[in-house]
Amino acid sequence: MELLAIFISAVLINNFVLRYFLGICPFLGVSKKIDSAVSMGLAVTFVMTITAVVSWAINHWILIPYGLDYLKIVSFILVIASLVQLVEMFIRKVSPPLYQALGIYLPLVTTNCAILFLALLAALKEYNFLESVVYGFGSGIGFTLAIILIAGIREQLDMADVPEPLKGAGISLIVAGIMALAFFGFSGMIK
Amino acid sequence: MPARTASEDFTKGLWKENPVFRHLLGMCPTLAVTNAMINGLAMGLATTFVLVLSSLVVSSIKKLIPSQVRIASYIVIIATFVTVADRFLAAFFPPISKNLGPYVPLIVVNCIILERQEAFSSKNTISRSLIDALGMSLGFLIALLVLSAIREILGSGTFFGQQVLGTWFEPWIIMVLPPGAFIALGILLGLANKIEEKSKSRR
Repeated sequence: MELLAIFISAVLINNFVLRYFLGICPFLGVSKKIDSAVSMGLAVTFVMTITAVVSWAINHWILIPYGLDYLKIVSFILVIASLVQLVEMFIRKVSPPLYQALGIYLPLVTTNCAILFLALLAALKEYNFLESVVYGFGSGIGFTLAIILIAGIREQLDMADVPEPLKGAGISLIVAGIMALAFFGFSGMIK
Repeated sequence: MPARTASEDFTKGLWKENPVFRHLLGMCPTLAVTNAMINGLAMGLATTFVLVLSSLVVSSIKKLIPSQVRIASYIVIIATFVTVADRFLAAFFPPISKNLGPYVPLIVVNCIILERQEAFSSKNTISRSLIDALGMSLGFLIALLVLSAIREILGSGTFFGQQVLGTWFEPWIIMVLPPGAFIALGILLGLANKIEEKSKSRR
């Protein structure tokens, strides 16, 4: 039950994009087509789940026992970056179709602030191992949901008559604002 | 690359290459911490600190960094200064540090900083990199202050915590909530494009 609550709150209520403003760059950059939005969402979900596992391990087996809490930022970012690189090589070798699908998005994901935020927040909330994994996976799904929704809207927007200066990022942000407003309807669902 | 004067290095960050309005960099902190002026100011200053010092270090040791591992090296340098800023805020300004929460550590992945190291500091002299970093951070700070001023005045009727609008004013709560951030920034971007267009056609 506890796990389900964490999952739902990560997907809908505390949505990374619409509530915490994380991963805005890919959210605006890769949301012109639904196909690429799906791939980006999958890549983010994938990396987030791995990050949750690894950052939990680092935090509990290295940083906390040795009192190195202040090295959290440096160690998380370095480990995440090298891990993604490794995973990328591994996937390229083992499963070319999966590599085709995630391909160029994987390296982009590394510098996505959502990933680091996830590691820091899971450490801050003192989740146990299983909770961290569910939280990571749920946050990834939340991101995927948001980016697919906005990609769908933007495909329609191409046909709309948007004022010239607002074209591109401007109107996307306003649409995101209205989406965020809609997502507010979910708050209060879980205390 | 045409030789540029120091003043051009400085002023391009203010408008022509303003990281937020023109390049759409560093959107996450821009949207997240601008619900009150004081938070915007703190975030702007923390970013300035990190950007200036990282540019200083990167431009002084650029010849020592092998190009294959340059990104990782930049990240370590940036992360070091971010840790300093994070600890400093937590020690001397606990309420602000609490407001900004995990957004201070996120300066590490603020694309503005990495982008300036890659595009400028790694290729230019120390003094030019410093001037460039100062200009860019000032541009970022201005963008944060503009957005947070709009959001704080409309959302709570205050300016730096001081009441500016009378009691008749019903605050638009939505402006301090996440949706307000998206909408306000979207409209500001539209305005920025409009101004740019006007000034171009006048030239």
